[in-house]
Amino acid sequence: MAILIDENTRVMVQGITGREGSARTRFMLDYGTKVLGGTTPGRGGTEVWGVPVYNTVKEAIEEHGQIDASVTFVPGPQVKEAVIEATEAGIKFIVVPAERVPLHDSLEMITLARKKGTRILGPGSLGLLSSDKAAMGWLGGSEDFAREIFKPGPVGVMSRSGGQTSTVVWGLTSTGIGVSTAMHVGAEPIVGLSFAELLPLFEQDEQTRAVVLFGEIGTVAEEEAAEVIKEGRFTKPLVAYIAGRTLPSGMRFSHASAIIERGRGTAESKVKALEEVGAYVVETPQQIAITLAKILKAGKRK
Amino acid sequence: MPKLSEYQGKKLLKDCGIPVPAGGVAATPAEARKIAEKLAGPVAIKAQIEVTGRFKAGGIKFADSAAEAEKAARELLGKEIKGFKVTKILVEERLGIEQEFYVGIIVNDSYKVKGPVLMFSTQGGVDIEEVAVKSPEKVASLNIDILSGLSVKDARKLVSKLKVPASLVEPLSKVAFELYRVFRKYSARSAEINPLVLTKGGQIYPADCRIVIDEASAFKYPELEMAYPRDIGRAPTELERLAWKVEENDYRGIAYFVQMATDFEPGEGYVGFHGIGGGGAMLGADALIRRGLKLADYADTSGSPTAAKVYRMVKLIFAQPNIDGYVLMGPVVANQEQWHHAHALVRALREELENRRNFPVIILIAGNKEAESLEILEEGLKGLPARIEIYGRDYVYKVDYVAERLKKLAQDYRRTEKKVK
Repeated sequence: MAILIDENTRVMVQGITGREGSARTRFMLDYGTKVLGGTTPGRGGTEVWGVPVYNTVKEAIEEHGQIDASVTFVPGPQVKEAVIEATEAGIKFIVVPAERVPLHDSLEMITLARKKGTRILGPGSLGLLSSDKAAMGWLGGSEDFAREIFKPGPVGVMSRSGGQTSTVVWGLTSTGIGVSTAMHVGAEPIVGLSFAELLPLFEQDEQTRAVVLFGEIGTVAEEEAAEVIKEGRFTKPLVAYIAGRTLPSGMRFSHASAIIERGRGTAESKVKALEEVGAYVVETPQQIAITLAKILKAGKRK
Repeated sequence: MPKLSEYQGKKLLKDCGIPVPAGGVAATPAEARKIAEKLAGPVAIKAQIEVTGRFKAGGIKFADSAAEAEKAARELLGKEIKGFKVTKILVEERLGIEQEFYVGIIVNDSYKVKGPVLMFSTQGGVDIEEVAVKSPEKVASLNIDILSGLSVKDARKLVSKLKVPASLVEPLSKVAFELYRVFRKYSARSAEINPLVLTKGGQIYPADCRIVIDEASAFKYPELEMAYPRDIGRAPTELERLAWKVEENDYRGIAYFVQMATDFEPGEGYVGFHGIGGGGAMLGADALIRRGLKLADYADTSGSPTAAKVYRMVKLIFAQPNIDGYVLMGPVVANQEQWHHAHALVRALREELENRRNFPVIILIAGNKEAESLEILEEGLKGLPARIEIYGRDYVYKVDYVAERLKKLAQDYRRTEKKVK
C-alpha cells in the first residue's frame, strides 16, 4: 500500500522530450515507475529512453489503454493546456511541477479537475514518491539518491516546502524510520491537493501509521488540516512543524484575505489549531524524527 | 510593480465601462495646474504610490483653485512616502460624498473554495476586514465559478443581500460585474474599489482602486509597464532590476533576489545571503539573525536551475558593496543535482575572491550528487586567498554551528583588514 501512486500505477509524461522531462523520465523508470508513454506535440513517433512519444494524450491512451496518472514537465505559461488535455482525456491524477504558473490558469485547471474528479498535485510541486514503488516528478531526483534517502515504512510525509520534503525523509531514514508516500503539495499561491484532502487518503492507507506535516506561515492549509482531524476524518498520529515562525506574516492575496482567514494564517494560529486536535507540534525540524520514533515505539493512536 | 497605481487601475476600470472621476496625471506642478484649470472646480491631488494609508501619510491634498493645486503638487512631487518617491500625481475633480461602499474580488485558497470571491459592503472607506469583524451584517460575499464566470444577475443578488436603496442596486451591480471583467482580463490577484462613492449628485464613482496583477502573468500585459513585477513593498533597486532580468524569460528553476539593506559600512556584520529552497533558506536566515549577523540580501536558487542562472545570482550578491562575507545556506537534502550549483560557485568565486584576502565564505550544500559536488568545490576553490569552509549533509540540522562559523570568520576578516590599513 501507499497513496496516490504505487508500482502498478500506469503513468505518462507530458513534455517528455525537454531537459527536465527527459532527465526525470530516466529516473522514474530506474526507480520502477510504470512509464508507458509520453507526449510532446510534433514529436510523435520518436522515443525517450525507450518510452514511445505521442503528439497527444489521446493518442497515448488509444495505444496503451488506461493511463492512471500524468506528470507534466511543461513551463508555467503553457502548463494549463497540458493539464486540461490530460483532464479531458480522463486521467485522474496529474502532477504539476511547473512554477510561475499564471494564477488564473491554476484556478481554471483546478476548477475543471474538481468537476471531472481529477486530482492535481501542484502546481509548483516537486512531486511524490512511494518508497521502493514509484516516483513522479523531481522528488527523489535520481535513482542512487532516491534509494539512499527513501526506505519503505509506516510514515506519510506531506510538505509545503519542496526541499524540506526530502530533508524530512532523510531525517526519518537516519533514525531508522521508513516512509510510505512523501509529497510536496506545491509552492504556488493556489494548489490542487491541500493537506486537508491528503489526510483522509493517509487515513485509508494500511501501510501508513503516522503522518508528518511540514507547514509554513500563510494560507489556512494547516488550520484546515486540523479541522479534518476534528471531524474525525483522520485519526492517526500527526507530527507537525511550522516554518517561518519568526517572520511577521505570510503570503496573502490582499488585506481583504483577512476576512476569509479570520485571524488564521499566522504561526500561532496554526500551532494552536493543530495542538487543540491532539497533533504533536514540534519546535525544530530535528524533533520530527525523534517524536515519531517515540510514537511508533509506543504504538500510539492519536 | 504588480500593484497598479490608482491612475493605472482607474484607466482599466474606465476601459471596461466603469465611469471614473474626471482628472489627469501630472509629473510637474505646471501640469497639475493645467489639469485643475480644465476641471474648473475643487480638486483632489493624490500621490501615485502603491501603498496603503496614503491619506494619513500625507499623500493626498485638496485644492479649491488651480493655483492651490499647483502649490499642492509642488509639495507632493519628489516627496518620499513610506519608501516610495512621488513622481506622479493624479489631479481629480473632488467628489461630494453621500455614501461609501466597498466592492472587491479576491481569491479564496481554502480547499473548500479555491476560486475568486466577490465581496460587497455598504460601509466603504475603511479597512474592509474591520467592517467584517465589527458589523458583519454590512458585508456580503459570493464564490464565483471561474469557468462559468459572473453574471449581472449574480452580482445583483449579492448587492440585494444588504440594505441598499432600490435605485442603487442596478448601478452597484453593474460596477461589481465590470470589476470582475477587469479581474479576469488582467489576471488580477485582487481587484478592489474602496471606497466606491455615491456622490451628492447621485453618481457612482470609484474614489480609489487597488488592483494587484499576478506576478506570473505580468508578462502578458506589456501595456501596464510592470518592468519589475515583484511585490517587495517598495521601488526596486538597480541590482533587483538586474536580478529580475536573469529570471524573466528563463523558466529553468527559480532565482530570487531582494536587498534587505543598502546603506551600511564594512564591519557592520552584513553578509551576502544565498539560500537554496524556500523552507531551508528561511531556517538558515533565522540562524544567522539569531547569531547577530545581518542579511544584506535574501537570495534563493532552487527548482533545479541551470549553472548559468546560479552563477549570475552569485555575481549579483557580490556586487553589493561592503559585505562582510558570503554564505550559501542550503540546509536541505535537495533532490536537484547539486553539481550545477557547485560548478556555478567555482566559476563565480574564482572571479570574485581573487583579490579578497581572508574574505569569509561558507558553503552548506547537500542532497543529490552531494559527494561529487563537494569534490568539485574542494578542487575548484583551491588556492584562493579567501577563508572558505564547505559543509555537507551532516550539517543540515546544524545551521546554528554554520552561522557561528560565519560570524567568527566575519569578525576575523574585519580585524585583519584594520591591521593592514
